[in-house]
Amino acid sequence: MTAESSARKVHAKLERLIIRDVAARELERGCRAAVSEGARVQFAYSWFPDRASGSAAELSRSDAPLSEEAELRYIVHTAAGSPPEVWRCRPGTLSPPSLAAIAPLVSWYEREMTDLCGLHFEGQPQPEPLVLLPGAHTARPPLKPGPAGALTYTPEPFSLPQIAGRAHRDVQVLPFGPIRADVLESAQFTFFYLGEAILHYQPHLFFKYRGMEKRFEGVAPELGIVLAERVSAVGSVAHALAYSHALEAAAQCEVPARAEWLRVLLGELERLYNHLHYLGHLCHTTTLKVGEAEGKFLEELAKQANAEATGSRFLRSLICPGGIRREPNLASLARSLARLQGEFAPYAERLERSTTHLDRLMTTGVLDKKLAFDLGATGPIERASGVDRDPRRDQPYSVYQDLPLRVAVREGGDAHARQQVRIAEALNSLELIRSALEGLPAGPIRALCRPAPFSEGLGWAESPRGSVYYAVHLDAAGRLARVKIKSPSFSNWRVFPYTVHDSNMMDYAINEASFGLTIAGCAR
Amino acid sequence: MPFWTFYGLKQGKASTSWPADGNDGQAGLLGMPRFDPAKCQDGCRACADACLPGAITLAQDRTAGEARLDVDYGRCVVCQMCVEACPAGAFTASSDWAFGVRRREDLLWGRAMDSAEGQALRGQIRRIFGRSLHVRHVDAGSCNGCESELQALNNPFYNLHRLGVFFTPSPRFADLLLVTGPITYAMRGPLEEAYRAMPEPRFVMALGACAVSGGTNGGGHACGNGLEGLLPVDVYVPGCPPNPAAIIHALLMLLTRMPQRVRGGQITAEAERA
Repeated sequence: MTAESSARKVHAKLERLIIRDVAARELERGCRAAVSEGARVQFAYSWFPDRASGSAAELSRSDAPLSEEAELRYIVHTAAGSPPEVWRCRPGTLSPPSLAAIAPLVSWYEREMTDLCGLHFEGQPQPEPLVLLPGAHTARPPLKPGPAGALTYTPEPFSLPQIAGRAHRDVQVLPFGPIRADVLESAQFTFFYLGEAILHYQPHLFFKYRGMEKRFEGVAPELGIVLAERVSAVGSVAHALAYSHALEAAAQCEVPARAEWLRVLLGELERLYNHLHYLGHLCHTTTLKVGEAEGKFLEELAKQANAEATGSRFLRSLICPGGIRREPNLASLARSLARLQGEFAPYAERLERSTTHLDRLMTTGVLDKKLAFDLGATGPIERASGVDRDPRRDQPYSVYQDLPLRVAVREGGDAHARQQVRIAEALNSLELIRSALEGLPAGPIRALCRPAPFSEGLGWAESPRGSVYYAVHLDAAGRLARVKIKSPSFSNWRVFPYTVHDSNMMDYAINEASFGLTIAGCAR
Repeated sequence: MPFWTFYGLKQGKASTSWPADGNDGQAGLLGMPRFDPAKCQDGCRACADACLPGAITLAQDRTAGEARLDVDYGRCVVCQMCVEACPAGAFTASSDWAFGVRRREDLLWGRAMDSAEGQALRGQIRRIFGRSLHVRHVDAGSCNGCESELQALNNPFYNLHRLGVFFTPSPRFADLLLVTGPITYAMRGPLEEAYRAMPEPRFVMALGACAVSGGTNGGGHACGNGLEGLLPVDVYVPGCPPNPAAIIHALLMLLTRMPQRVRGGQITAEAERA
C-alpha cells in the first residue's frame, strides 16, 4: 500500500454530508418510504440553532425567536455502503409526528428529546419520561442553550405494568438495583416472574445520567476530546475517534496518513482488550473458572501493553481532532502483541470446545434478525443476528480499506453466536494491529483542525460494542454549541429486553453478559 | 472438562507479589504531570486555559499581589493537555500515579506540607480490622473507567484476595464504602442509604477524580461534585481512573499497611527512595 493511495482514500471521508430539508407533515411519509426500501433511521436528535446561523431566507420563515425553536435531525442509512443522509426538520410551533410506529428504534430518541429538549411528539406510543427519573423536574429543558437551571427530584416509583388474570397473585415482582452485587455499574431492573420463568422485564438505565451532552456546550473543540474520552471509558478510543471525525468533517481537515494508520492501531487495541474482558466475564456467568481467569488475565496483559505503548491503560489522551497528539511506543507494542497472539488463539479454541460453557450459551437470549434491524441493535449484537453491517467497511474511515478487515457475521442470534462474533473479531483485531504496524507510513501525525463558526459535522466509529456517532454544531465563536452522542449501548439496551421476556432467571446473567453492555454509554 | 484443569496448572501462577516486591504492572503509564512553578513565565496562563476540569486555576496571591497558579491534583484527569500547552516546561509528563491521600488538602500543590496524621485513628483501624477489609462499591455516575480498574483487581495478576480485601454484596457486611462517579442526582439517595446501612466503624473512600472533586463530569444540572460535603471521606484517590496498583495502595494505606506517599501535591522524598 502506497502512501498516495491511502491519502486518496482518506480524502473520501471529507465528502460533504447530504442534508435534506423535510417538512414536519412530510416526515411520516418520507420515513415510511425509506423504511420500505430497507433504510434504517440510525438515530435522531434536536438542537436549538443560533439566530445568526441560518440564512436570511430561512430566518424570515418563522416569527418565533429562533433560539427557542428546535431543529430536528434524523440520520438515515439508505443502503449499506453509502454515507448517511441527514434529514433536517424545523417543526416551528407544531408538534412533530412520532415516527416510532414506522421505525421503532426512533422511539427512545423521541422520548429523550421530550425529556431534554422539551419537544412533544404527536402519537408517541410511550409518552412517559425515559432519561429523567419519575419525580425529576427541570425548570427549563436542559439542552436549550444557556444555563440549564436546577433539577428538582422527589423520588417516585416507576410506572410498572399491571398484572391481571387468575394467576396474578402468583407473579412475583423483583426490583433489583440500582446498587447491584459485585463491582457493577448502577442500574435498576424489575423482573416479573413465576418460579423460574420471567414474564416481563423492565430495565431503568438512567440513574447515571450525568448530562454529558450539555457539558460540551461552550467548550473549545480541541478540549472537548477530554470529555468525549470520558463518556464511556471502555470506549474511549471510539468516542474520541467519532468526535474527531465530526470536527474534521466540520473543518474540512485532512488527517495525515500516519495518524490514520495509528488510529486503526488504537481502535483495534481497544476492541482487543474489551473482547478479552467480555470472554472472561462470560465465563464468569457460566462458572467456567479457568476460562474466566485466563480471559481476565489476557485482558490485563492487553491493558498493560496499552499503558506501555501509549501511557494510558484505556488508550486515552492520544487521539485529537486533526490526528494524533504524540507517537506511541511501537517497539513495546510489537513485543506484547506477539505474546497475546500466542495465547489468545488456543484460549478461544478451548472455549469453543467447552461443552458445559456452550450448553449455557446455545439457544440463550435469541435475538432474531428482523428485531435486531428494526430496533437498531448494533455492533457484534446485530452481526450475531445475521445483520451484515460494520461502519469500518460500509462507511469507511481511517485506512480500513487497505487492511485485512473481516466482518464477522453469524446467523444464530443466541449467546453463542455473540461469543463467536467476538472471538472472530478479536482474532481479526490482532491481525489488523500487526498489518498496521507493518504498513505504517512515515510522516507527520497532526494537522491543524479549526472548524469555522456555525459549521457542523457528523462523525462515526465502530467501537467494540457497535457504532458510535457524534454530531457537532459550532457557535459564532467557533466553540461547541451542541454535541449529540449516539452510543452503542443506548442502541443495544433498547433491544436487549426483548430477549429476556419469556426466558428464565438462571439464564439472565449469561444473557446480559453475552450482550456486553455498558450503563455509562447508555445514560451519558 | 479436564483440559481446563491441565491448562490452568500449565499456565502456573500469574499473580504479582507486589507490593512486597516484584512488578506493579504499571510500566509506561503516564501519571499526574509534575509542576515546577520556578519555570513559569510572567503573565502566562496557557496551562489554565488548557485544563478542562479546572485543576489548574489562576488565583490572586494576596501577599505578593500577583497572579499565582493553583494546582489541585484532585481534579486532574491526566489528559496531559497542560504539558502540551506550557511553553516553558513548568508542567512535565511523569509516571507519578495518582496516589491516595487521607486529607483532601494533600492533593493541593504545596499547601499542606505540614499536615499531621491522626495516629489514634490508625491504631483504631489496625485494632478493629486487623489485616482484612470488606468493601461495598457504589457507582454513583462514573464513566465505567473506575469500574473497569476495580474489576481488574480480582484478575489473576493483582489477585486482591491474597491481600485480605474482599468485595461484599451487602453494605451490612462492609467496612468500607468505595464510591466512584460525581454523584448523580438519582444515585445520591441510594448512596446515602447504603452508607446508613453499614455498621460502625465504617470508612469511605472517594475513588477517581469524579468522586474526589467532580472531575470533568461533575456539576451541571444532573450531578454533584463528588463526595465533598456529602459523606465523611477517609481516603481520596485521585486519577482518571486510578490504576489498579494505586487502588491497592490506597486500600492498604487505609489499613495502615502502606504509608501515604503524597503530601502537598508531591510525592514525598521517603516515597521516592522506596
